[in-house]
This record gives sequence, C-alpha cells and structure tokens, in this order.
Amino acid sequence: MGTYIPNTKEEQLSMLKEIGLNSMYELFDAIPKEVKLGAPLDIPRGMSEMEVSSKMRKIAGKNKVYDSIFRGCGAYRHYIPSIVKQVTSKEEFMTAYTPYQAEISQGILQSIFEYQTMICELTGMQVSNASVYDGASAAAEAVIMSKERKRKKALLSASVNPMIIETIGTYISGTDMEMEIIPVKDGLTDIESLKNKLDDDISCVLIQQPNYYGLLEDGDAIGSILADSDIKYIMSCNPISLGILKTPAEYGVDIAIGEGQPLGLGLSFGGPYLGFMATTDKLMRRLPGRIVGETTDSQGRRAYVLTLQAREQHIRREKASSNICSNQALCAMTAAVYLASMGKEGLKQAATLSMSKAHYLAQRLCEIDGYEMVYKGEFFNEFVTTVNTDVDRVLQVLSDNGILGGYPLEGDDKGQLLWCATELNTKEEMDALTRILREVQE
Amino acid sequence: MSKVLYAKSHEWVEFLDDTRARVGISDYAQNELGDLVFISLPEEGDEVSVGESFADVESVKAVSNVYSPVSGTVKAINEDLLDQPELVNSDAMDAWFIEVENISDKADLLTEEEYKKLIAE
Amino acid sequence: MNNMKLIFEKGNTNRGLDLMPECDVPVTHVSAGYERKKELNLPHVSETEISRHYTKLVKRTFGVNNGFYPLGSCTMKYNPKINNEMAGLPGFSDVHPLQPIDTVQGCLEVYQLADKYLGKITGMDAMDFQPAAGAHGEFTGLKLIRAYHQDRNDSKRDKIIVPDSAHGTNPASAAMAGFTVVNVPSTEDGFVDVEALRNAVGEDTAGFMLTNPNTIGLFEEHILEITSIIHEAGGLNYYDGANLNAIMGVARPGDMGFDVVHLNLHKTFSTPHGGGGPGSGPVGCKDILVKYLPTPRIIDNKGMLAFEDKNEKSIGRVKDFYGNFLVVVRALTYMMTLGSEGLKDASENAVLNANYMLHKLKDTFDIPFGNGRCMHEFVMSLEELKKEKSVSALDFAKALLDYGMHPPTMYFPLIVHEALMVEPTETESKETLDEAIEIFKEIYNKACNDPDAVHNSPTTTPIGRPDEVRAARNPILRYNF
Repeated sequence: MGTYIPNTKEEQLSMLKEIGLNSMYELFDAIPKEVKLGAPLDIPRGMSEMEVSSKMRKIAGKNKVYDSIFRGCGAYRHYIPSIVKQVTSKEEFMTAYTPYQAEISQGILQSIFEYQTMICELTGMQVSNASVYDGASAAAEAVIMSKERKRKKALLSASVNPMIIETIGTYISGTDMEMEIIPVKDGLTDIESLKNKLDDDISCVLIQQPNYYGLLEDGDAIGSILADSDIKYIMSCNPISLGILKTPAEYGVDIAIGEGQPLGLGLSFGGPYLGFMATTDKLMRRLPGRIVGETTDSQGRRAYVLTLQAREQHIRREKASSNICSNQALCAMTAAVYLASMGKEGLKQAATLSMSKAHYLAQRLCEIDGYEMVYKGEFFNEFVTTVNTDVDRVLQVLSDNGILGGYPLEGDDKGQLLWCATELNTKEEMDALTRILREVQE
Repeated sequence: MSKVLYAKSHEWVEFLDDTRARVGISDYAQNELGDLVFISLPEEGDEVSVGESFADVESVKAVSNVYSPVSGTVKAINEDLLDQPELVNSDAMDAWFIEVENISDKADLLTEEEYKKLIAE
Repeated sequence: MNNMKLIFEKGNTNRGLDLMPECDVPVTHVSAGYERKKELNLPHVSETEISRHYTKLVKRTFGVNNGFYPLGSCTMKYNPKINNEMAGLPGFSDVHPLQPIDTVQGCLEVYQLADKYLGKITGMDAMDFQPAAGAHGEFTGLKLIRAYHQDRNDSKRDKIIVPDSAHGTNPASAAMAGFTVVNVPSTEDGFVDVEALRNAVGEDTAGFMLTNPNTIGLFEEHILEITSIIHEAGGLNYYDGANLNAIMGVARPGDMGFDVVHLNLHKTFSTPHGGGGPGSGPVGCKDILVKYLPTPRIIDNKGMLAFEDKNEKSIGRVKDFYGNFLVVVRALTYMMTLGSEGLKDASENAVLNANYMLHKLKDTFDIPFGNGRCMHEFVMSLEELKKEKSVSALDFAKALLDYGMHPPTMYFPLIVHEALMVEPTETESKETLDEAIEIFKEIYNKACNDPDAVHNSPTTTPIGRPDEVRAARNPILRYNF
C-alpha cells in the first residue's frame, strides 16, 4: 500500500497520547455510532507505486492514440512548443493555491495578469478574467452576464456548437432567463431571421466564429444590426484563428469568449481545458470569475492582487451573479506560455498553416467522386463534405490506418463529415488520406 | 443641515421639501465599511421603497446594501460617486447617493441626537 | 524601483522561437473583410528569456513543495508525483474527446473505476464526473434537486436552506440554479441550530446544503435528526464534500441521510490546485436522483463502455466535453495507491494532526468551538488580540509569511470574528507541526509585546502588503503597450 503520511505508527501513537487519547478510534468520538462505517471500505487494497503505474499504463493502453487527426469540432490538436510543458510542470505552479496571499503569490498573479493581457490582445477587448471552466461554461456565463432587468432572452445561432447551446440551456433553465435559436441558412446564421427576432426583451445574441461548420459568419452585418442597441453581442471564437482573422472587437462585440484549449493544451479526452472571457470596460464589473489587477505594495513597488472581488461568491454569496470559485488557472498559464513562445508571428503562422492545410485538404477531398463541399462560404480550418458511401465504413477504414477522420455530423446533417486540419497535418498525410478514401470507394 | 434625519439602517435623508429628499449613508456607516471601492446606483426613474435596497457599496472585502428610508421615484443620482467612491469616505454627509421625488412614504426616522444615541449603544 | 518585469517588457521586436516548418501546400490567405487589422501585441522573446521569466515567477510563488500550507477548508495535502506521470501518459493525454467509442475504452474505464471507488467512499449509488470544480458540482447537484421536485409536480419547492457558516459558493450556486436562499443560524457551539432548522422548513423547502464536518471543523452531532427534518418536510439533503478528508473510511454522507454530494478531487484526492485550478467536482447521488444526472452518462453496454446521450429526465449538459479528465486520472491513481485502508489512514492522520495542533495551541489562542477537540481542522479567533493589541487575523497571517509558512484561511467562516482556520492535513510530519506551533506562539507573543512589528509584516517576501483599495478603485487589469 502506498502512503503519503510521514509520521510512523509510533509517532502517531505518541501524538495520540499527548492529546490524551489511546487510539485513532477515539478521535472520531464525536461521530454518532449510527453513521459510523462498520466495515472497511469496499474497494481494493492499496498498491505500491510500481504496481499502480503498471495498472494505469495498462488502462491507458486500451485507448487508441491516432498518428493523424483530421477531427476538431471543439477540440484541436496543434503543435505545443516543448517549453510549454516544462514551465507549467514546475512544482510551485502546479501545487500553489489560489493566490489570496498576494505577498507570496506574485508569480501566479503576474502570470494571470499576463494571460489577461494576452487574451485582451487576441480578442481586441479591454478586460479579461482569469478563466472559467471551458468554452461552453464561458458561453453560459456570458449569456447570464448579459441579462438586464427587462432583457432576459438570449438569441443563440443554430451554427453554434450544439454542446455549447445545450450547456447554456442547462445553465438558464429554472431561472428567469429564456433562449431562442436563430436558424441557419446555407450553414450561416440567418440574418433576416435574426432581425425579425430582435425585441425589447432580448438580452444578447451569440454567434460562433468560425461557426460549428467551420464557416466564417458575417460578423459585421450582425455587428451593425446590434450597434447602438442594448443587446449584447457575444462571439465565441477559436483563439488560434485570431492570429489572422478579424477580432471580436473589430466586429463590435461586447463579450468575446471561447475555448482556449488550442492554446497549448493537449486533447486530454476533453479536459482540463480553458474557458476564456473578455469584455469591454463598461461591462467589467459584470464579468464573472477571478480578475487580477495591478497596484503597488507598501514600498511603492508594482504588485498584483486579486481585485474587484466584491463581485464574487465568497463576498456576495446568494447575490453573486456567478458561483465560480476554482477556475482553470494552470491552463490559463499554459495558454500564456504558449502565446509567449509563439509570439505574433508564430501565432499568425500556425493560423495560416492551419487554414492553408484545410483548404488543400478540401480541394483534395473534392477530387474524389461523391465528396463535395456542403457549403460554399469562406472557412478557416474546418469544413463539411458529403461522403460517397457509408460514413461509418469510411471512418473505420481510416481508423484502421491510424487516421482519425472527420467528425460524423448528426441530426439533419447526418451522413456528412466535419473535417479539420491544423499545422500538424502534412501534405504527405493528406495525400495518403485521399488515397485511402479513393480505395474505400472501390 | 437641521433637516437631516437618519434611518436605523444607517442612511441619512435630507428633505428638500415635503416630497423631495436626498439620501446618503452616515459617517458612522462609511467608517464601519472602510475604504469604499465601488458604488452601484439605481437609474433615474427607478422606484425606491422604504426598507428596500437601492444601492450596493463595496469595500475590498465586503459588499453591503443601502436601504431606502423613503418611497418614491429616483429623480437624480450622484454620478460623481460612480468614479469616486472615496467621496463617501471623505465626507459622507455631502456625498448624497440619490435624490428622490414624489415621496409617498418614509421610514421611522431618527433625529441626529437619537441616531447618535443609537450608534453609541 | 525594483520592479519585476512583465514578459511584454522583455526581449525585442522580431525576437522569437522557430517552431514550425514552411508551408508544404499552397498558402491560403484570408479574404478581404475577414482579416485581422488590429495590431497584435504578444511577447517577442527567445526561449531563454521565457525559461528565465517563469523561473523568476516560480521564485515568487508558494507551493505545497515550499512549505506548510494549513489552509482550512482547502485540504492542501501533498500532491503525489506519480499522479502527474500517469496523467501525462499519451494514452490519456493525446486522446481526442470525440474519438470512436471503441478507441477510448481506457478513458471510460478510468471514469468507471473512479465512479466505483468514490461511490463506496461516499455511500452514493452513482457518480458523475462532468463538473469541472466544486462550485460547478454544487450547481449540478442543486439542478438534480430541482429536477426531482419538478418531476414529482412539486414545483413550489423553490427554497434551499443553508447554514450561516456555509461556504459562499453554497448560496451562490443555489441562486444560480434558480432557488431562493434561506439562511439558518448556528448555535453558540457552532452547530446547525436544529430548532431554527425545524422552523425554517416547509412546503417550499427544496433542499438543505451542509458541509460535514462543518466549516468550523466539527462533526454535526445531530446529523441524522437534521437530515430527517429535511426529508420529513419533503426536501433533499445536499452534502458539500469540502471536508470529506476527515471521514474517509470512517463515515459516509450516504449513511447520514444525504441524497446528493459533490467532491473536490483537488482537495481530498490529492490533485494539484494549479494556482486556482483546474479542479474536478464530481457529483454523487442516490438512486432517486440518478435519472436526472447530466447527459451524457457513461454506461456499460455488455462490456463495451459508452456515452449515453438520450435521457429526457436529465438536467442536460453542464460542460462541453465530459469532465476534467486528467484530474480524474490523478485522483484515481491516488485512490488505487492508498486503497481502502490507506484512505482511512489518511483521514485518521488528518484528524490526528489537527487535534495535535489544536491541543498545543489551545492554551495560547481562543478556540471558540469544540471544547478542545476537532475533526480535520479547527478555527481560532483573534478577536481579543484585535481588541487589545489591534492585531487582526490579517496581521497575524501576514506575520506567518515571514516564517516561510502559508497562513491558514482568514475570515472564514463568517460566524467567527477574526477567524483563522487551520487544516494541517495528514501529509505533514510531527516536526512540521511542532515548528508551526512554535511559530504561532512566537507571533502571538510578538503581537502582545511589539504589535507594530506584526503590523509591518511581512518584510521578507518579494513584495510588502499590496494596496488593494487602489487596485479596486482604479482597476488596471492588463498591460498597456
């Protein structure tokens, strides 16, 4: 059995004696007998580190790690610079608590301040928080923060990732908020329909850029419809794309959010990821979660602290607009180290490579009979195609070749594949993919 | 400032005439709260009622409600407080929060002496 | 002025790393109207500079590896390194969340095993790992309670009762889940006031949230009476697992009358806190609530594990992908290592260490509750010191910093004035505790004899006390280029 208790049995006994007790059992005198567990926990006995390591490796071995991935749909495999993991594995960063004691937490606080700055730069917004759980919870928090006394209905584009829409639904059900879906037309938010739905009770409009189908929405058109209104414009964005694509701020967005996983975080079967949230100065005090601010210390030196805390649950309790406490701090630091390593040019390069590879892939796929682009619009690094035979069979053959193919869409889009490429996908790999797909056809 | 009366919840109210008054928080209250860092105020035209919260005052580690000593309509808010909450700390009696008109009801209010007695207890 | 530079203030334009190859396909450019025009300011630094920058930040960070971390309610135990190594296995860390189900059986097995172990530890019938943190778990658990009542057409139940000693997340989560919060007072002994609770319940009671041992480190002696008051009123009992570290293998929320729990894997199950996250806040519940758990659920379909998405009674999804997976991998590694007897040992020693410190400190400090005993943590009040010497809990905490120790939790729970809440955990040795006890006493003496020295602390930390008022009045929340 492994243990992390330093005190020996003898030491434990002597400590017990010192407090006037004879056994560990007596420590729990205050627990009524009726609720005490009569038997040992019904779980296996402990194991040595060596045995645990071997058992966990066996479990990990039951998963398939693909050499080649052409699937995104909310989780993207990008190149992670070596320095990133080195930095974020440092024991102090990993094991520190939330930086409430600023004097001994300047490292964490400064890293968050730098992260906030980078998120503001990426999105063009003025204020960022220190992170929330993931892209979906960021969206839900943004919808909640847009609520006004008389505006309680959120309009969500049907081209937003369905998992995000579902999460928002869970967050607002049972509250005084409502949501309504704006339909899509040709894969894009139907702007005429959006216009028709605008009303005095609408609190926000949420779109995703690039959207669920990989397409670029006409963010300007929506921006100009919402400009000068009291309706908050919320945009969920892919942070890598912001190296080259128009920023939410340039579209006139009020709250920019997104899944920060592409910024140096592994796929990790879905988590931990990183929800980022940025907004305008005007909405600063409505932003949920922790925020780090700059100040000075007793000697006038620059210092960082958690600030605007009166928004938060530990002070405002039931009146807080969000309950968030623990966030994804180490993931935020990962994103910051990633962005520092990439720099402006590196990020631009990753974005351009991803976009170029996706366009090459689209072109090669469409050379195959029966593979066609479902939508004609502009796209970044994801796109939808038809398939010339059974989707499951196509994916199985690819999988057998160590390739994770596009994501099989569901519902009305069943039978179509949502493909993704990033800088990690080489031309050789994409040519091989096309070759294999031709063979499936035969 | 002879017309200034106090609520037991530490707000002051100065009647400008029978149906109009300005409301702020007492010096005792600002002292208890410590350095204020933010004050949220209602909007002009909002209705306030006796005993109901109409504003929040935030210090670094606390947030407190400010309760209305009168019922009526908010005619004006002191916008200076939005940018300079410290005005309340430097002169609480001068730093009014809201001006209320069409006053239809008021709380059980204390005179300055009565209020002083209350906070001395 | 000896300012620590921001990463933006280092390096030079055009400096950077060479990370990616030339494009091997024709380059696609962004079409007009969609391209970024706004200047993008990111650091322009070499790899050496990044490495040194963060090494400097490390030196200004205090982790569990740096010293004693008795933060009450946070369970800052040692974070075993094998947990991280397992989380880093490519078989876990390189798996896409939307891979075909037959290629992720190992990931699902991790969840299945963690479900089994935690179910036994808490006495719950099912666990769900979707919530990413404790507060997220609270929200999820409360939604289950709401769904339960609604499903029974009992929708007038809109009140959640919370003791005044509760964590701030409890009332905040209840409000977020659409409930009205009713606070009940604690007794002078620091327990839930059973009579007040009896008076507070009614036809509108949806549920009751409790941390047990409670937030002053005492086990609620009338726990069965408390939970049955709620049940008899038609409500459900919610267990906040923040203090589970006191009772593993000794008692289970499921046997105390709780219907739903959330755990903090980053507290009790040794996963690192990461300077504020990521955590993991699994929710466990009794059979009556299983059908409302978030979708998707992991099911065992004749030996093939799978995600089940269709369930009309479910409260729905609370996160995009399922759970903070790698955190659960770490927690499972920990549970496998300790096993049934090891987990109990951990709780016993956590309680022993707390009682040992309490015993040695009780003659010097005012410990308002528990009559000299506690579970895994205890709360001291410095109210007297504040009155007599103007030394507050904050001053005391800051003085501790100069001794290379992380201070206890300050000003919580709210029912204790000038509170310091001490939770040593089981992974600290007797020497560490003895040393901390001496430091506490030394600072106490200093506070009595030379209060100014305490007011002026800390003096050895990278910065002195920060001006928090200035930070909040004039928020500077980003670097301006």
